[in-house]
Amino acid sequence: MRTASDYIEMKVPAKPDYVGVVRLTISGLANRMGFAFDEIEDIKIAVSEAVTNVVNHAYTDTDEDKGQVRIGCNIYDDRMEITVVDQGKSFDVESISKNLGPVDGKSVDQLHEGGLGLFLIDTLMDKVEISSEAGVVVMMTKYLHRDEVEEHVDRISPAPSQ
Amino acid sequence: MNLQINQDQINETYELKLTGEVDAYTAPKLKEVMLPLTETKGNIVIVDLSGIEYMDSTGLGIFVGALKSSKANSSSLKLRGMTERVKRIFEITGLTEVMDIESGVKGEAL
Repeated sequence: MRTASDYIEMKVPAKPDYVGVVRLTISGLANRMGFAFDEIEDIKIAVSEAVTNVVNHAYTDTDEDKGQVRIGCNIYDDRMEITVVDQGKSFDVESISKNLGPVDGKSVDQLHEGGLGLFLIDTLMDKVEISSEAGVVVMMTKYLHRDEVEEHVDRISPAPSQ
Repeated sequence: MNLQINQDQINETYELKLTGEVDAYTAPKLKEVMLPLTETKGNIVIVDLSGIEYMDSTGLGIFVGALKSSKANSSSLKLRGMTERVKRIFEITGLTEVMDIESGVKGEAL
């Protein structure tokens, strides 16, 4: 595994307004690396979920003004590694992980309006690590599968041009 | 990076046509429009998702909320026109099993 990488970092206010900006930036980088359309869409969702979690949970109303999310992106030959960090209050990763999963067999009453975010990150990315010692750090990796998909496959779907 | 909601009404049937992105920023707008419609008994709320370019769990949460409200208030909620991408996140999360999703309309089969 090569160690050399390019590193890109962003810091945005922990507000819903900026989730889309982060998503588009990461999408641009993934596109540049040669990820396939569907993989780019997966990465976009995973990053948005991680940033949205910070926006929703990390900061209380009182320190809303100083809430920031830091998004770091390491670009390797064979993979993209994205780290989303906040300095807000951490949550109990173990208790949350236990409740992760699809809604299989649950009745409508048992469904929650939230809680699908971490499950989606876990499903859509190849590797996910979460630590919550001081604030929460979500690190997620997506590998390039050059052998399986050509870089510029002509797909029916429209290009993600927002 | 925006969400447009067009609303049509015939008697008790409301159709919402969504265009754009549903994320943490735009989801409150969707909730504000969709949820009250599910709160009246007998209402049929049809949501056309064929114009959705992006949706994440915040959007799914709004639909779960609307589904609960429709069950509680005896209205009905139907989704139609899902693109393959949107369908995929409904499938991964298992929501295809609980939501009323009109099949046969494939967003990408244009």
